[in-house]
Amino acid sequence: MRRPWLFYSQLAFTLCVCAFLIVPVIMSMMAGVTENYFYGIKSGITLRWIYEVLDIYLDTIYLSLMIAVACLAVTLILGVPTAYVLAKKSGRLARMFEEFLVLPVAIPGLAIALALIITYGGFRDFRSSWGFILVGHVLYTLPFMVRSVLAVLSSIDFKTLEEGAASLGASFWQRFFGVILPNCRSGILAGSLMVVTLSVGEFNLTWMLHTPLTKTLPVGLADSYASMRLEVGSAYTLVFLIMIMPLLAGLQMFGTPKDRKPEAQSDDMTGKTSLKEKNL
Amino acid sequence: MNRHEYRNLVILVLPTAIVCIAFFILPMAKLVMIGGSGERGLVAYLDILTKPRHFESLIATLLLSILVTVTALAVATISGLFLERNRFRGRGLLISMLTFPLAFPGVVIGFMVIMLGGRQGLVSEISKAVTGDKIVFAYSIVGLFVGYMYFSIPRVILTIMAAAEKLDPALEEAARSLGAPQWRVVLDVILPALKPGLIASGAICFATSMGAFGTAFTLATNIDVLPMTIYTEFTLNANIVGAATLSIVLGIITWTALYIARSLSGSNAVAAG
Amino acid sequence: MSGSRDHGTAIKLLSCAKTFGGGTVRALESLDLEITGGETVVLLGPSGCGKTTTLRIVAGLEEPDPGGRVFFGDDDVTRLPIEKRNIGMVFQSYALFPNMNVRENIAYGLKVRKMPKVEIDRRVGEMVEMMHMGELEFRRIDQLSGGQRQRVALARAIVVRPRVLLLDEPLTALDAILRTRLRVEIDELLRRLGITAVYVTHDQGEAMSLGDRIVVMSNGKVEQIGTPRDIYYKPNSEFVAEFIGSINRLHGIACGDHVEVAGGTVPWLLNQSSGKVEILFRPENVGICDVSVAQLKGKVVTSFFQGDRTRLIVGGLGERDIVIETTDRTEYISGQDIGFQVDPDSIIVLEK
Repeated sequence: MRRPWLFYSQLAFTLCVCAFLIVPVIMSMMAGVTENYFYGIKSGITLRWIYEVLDIYLDTIYLSLMIAVACLAVTLILGVPTAYVLAKKSGRLARMFEEFLVLPVAIPGLAIALALIITYGGFRDFRSSWGFILVGHVLYTLPFMVRSVLAVLSSIDFKTLEEGAASLGASFWQRFFGVILPNCRSGILAGSLMVVTLSVGEFNLTWMLHTPLTKTLPVGLADSYASMRLEVGSAYTLVFLIMIMPLLAGLQMFGTPKDRKPEAQSDDMTGKTSLKEKNL
Repeated sequence: MNRHEYRNLVILVLPTAIVCIAFFILPMAKLVMIGGSGERGLVAYLDILTKPRHFESLIATLLLSILVTVTALAVATISGLFLERNRFRGRGLLISMLTFPLAFPGVVIGFMVIMLGGRQGLVSEISKAVTGDKIVFAYSIVGLFVGYMYFSIPRVILTIMAAAEKLDPALEEAARSLGAPQWRVVLDVILPALKPGLIASGAICFATSMGAFGTAFTLATNIDVLPMTIYTEFTLNANIVGAATLSIVLGIITWTALYIARSLSGSNAVAAG
Repeated sequence: MSGSRDHGTAIKLLSCAKTFGGGTVRALESLDLEITGGETVVLLGPSGCGKTTTLRIVAGLEEPDPGGRVFFGDDDVTRLPIEKRNIGMVFQSYALFPNMNVRENIAYGLKVRKMPKVEIDRRVGEMVEMMHMGELEFRRIDQLSGGQRQRVALARAIVVRPRVLLLDEPLTALDAILRTRLRVEIDELLRRLGITAVYVTHDQGEAMSLGDRIVVMSNGKVEQIGTPRDIYYKPNSEFVAEFIGSINRLHGIACGDHVEVAGGTVPWLLNQSSGKVEILFRPENVGICDVSVAQLKGKVVTSFFQGDRTRLIVGGLGERDIVIETTDRTEYISGQDIGFQVDPDSIIVLEK
């Protein structure tokens, strides 16, 4: 290093930022396995808070997973074909549709939840089912799936691939399933990881849409932070972190298709930015 | 393109169109209508300017969001540039740690703020040991600020790193060869190259801070940021019209911020927000 | 896969025009073109001349504007989408499927035709052998060189035994040496298959060596259709003359059996008119002779020694310098007077 002081001051700064982000995580993880947080770790390590969390909140974990899987299924069925159509059509109608489709990410979840309640809250059975939450999650995660696939489609020359398949006699549907879908794999994978991660952690919409019988994990978290002792909240947070850890690792590995052609470079931002746009 | 193909494309996009119309466009339209359905009609939308409580809430949220955006951009630019332009042992680990909180929902971030600045938090323990006074900031607007920083920093760092990665080293070398000192290189070459990324991620920070609900909810803060005001109006006061107008205004603000950023940065990065 | 050259399907285009962008961009003026069975026709021209549009109309990737018709043999295929036309097409970027290996790429057309697996295996095996791709069979596409991709693309297109083979600048993406080698291979393949082929290129060398006939196009219009020899020796317009090889142009006045130009006279035995004309001749059809007896005189501007021949730029014959190629071993220096004559048989005269 030509200017060590510059290097080390920047390093120190970055380490401080890192500490700001990581220290509370570590503290909360420790608190989750500490006998009594007030007396610190010397009061003993225990799994009792974890058991308590699983005892009280296990159903929220199940429900969150169920909704995430259902949400993934719906966004796959809706999002992948939509991305293909949007990649293929360049007209004004297509762009307008795209704009509407991604609007739920730009508008606070609270507003969307309110709109859903006002419109469909009267349908009692629907309102009290987890399907109601699912609708919110689908609206919110669909843009991420669509754009993830769209990013891959715009990085490959899919139109020529399709013409190639057509010249060999493949019908529209044979082309779609045999050529387009397999070549979108990386985008579908990244989009899926994103959808599941976002769905499992979604709170803004879910808090408004949930009922006492349809509590998801983040709803339970908020509940435990407000009404339980710190150790339980911490243990619950720990359970949540363990759950999303593999998803995060997956996203780091497959989130940005790096092995693509140079043309894909310009789309890197689209891929990487996606998770950054998650609402609090 | 022949008609068959057109028909097939319509078939492919139809389910999404139906879901989008039924569960998004219609409800949002209804929300707009309800907002203007009170006895004073669309004038209700002006309430946000005339009702002191609503107006203050709006201003507080705007100021907080702007402050968060500026600070997060500054902090993340320093760290992001440093991480992208230097190679050292432990860099990968550092980056993973810095981006780890990316997937935390707002409630969890709120809890992290409590861990830092709550009644049993790190800062209160340290300050008690040093000065004898407990400093507790988690449940005030400072806590919200810290929470939004916690949320924003990883996102902006990633964007900065992606933008810095694409920076052509030759540009910097050219500036140096022309005799520019380090700080001029940063000012004339590096920052302009990062501008689209800064605008894009800044807009995301701003819009998210405006609309964030989970963190404020967890901190149960007395500060009335806009989302909390909407929530209170809707659940406690059963003021559906008021909640609707505030939601619409909030939605317009966040969407506009993202839209402007998208036109300015000229990239697809914030296509959806 | 075998058969003589006249077994291929004839192609006929009738008043095929193409307009893009909602009527704003005319890519192709109304075109009539008949291609006999087994013939290789090359569409040649600079980019944007309409050659690729023409190919895409034949392929079925574009529909001609209303009124245009496309026939394969006696079948009107105008409304038939590409996947029903039973063609083989080689794309400029090859369009090989990155999610499939070499074998799967070649087998794809047979698979979508729902051919029994045994038959697919047999045909693909044959093709792999014929194209000498044995060791590449299970490679991924991104593990192939440009030339190998080219072969796979060709194999994939012909394994389905298409009625016609369409090639869209198939060699453009390759380097010069490979291009020459593959040109020979494609030529052999086309002759062996006896298939009707339409070949698009902007490279006149490719066009001359591969085409039974060449269609020279420019600005969406056909400039000339003819055999390579016709096109080269009897271009019917300045555009064709200049696009195919290099050519010299002199303005002059026809009188009797010769044309008077700035540097002397040029014999024109077939003269039927008098008045202003333009004379075109190729650099290699010029003979250098003694200045005192020469029909044409000029001054050497520059000379380029190229080993097997010398290329001379000669001035003093009007506003444009001319190019002469000679195989003699004389050394020419700038400013030297030079006398020469043009081979009367190779002169092209365009009347003004």
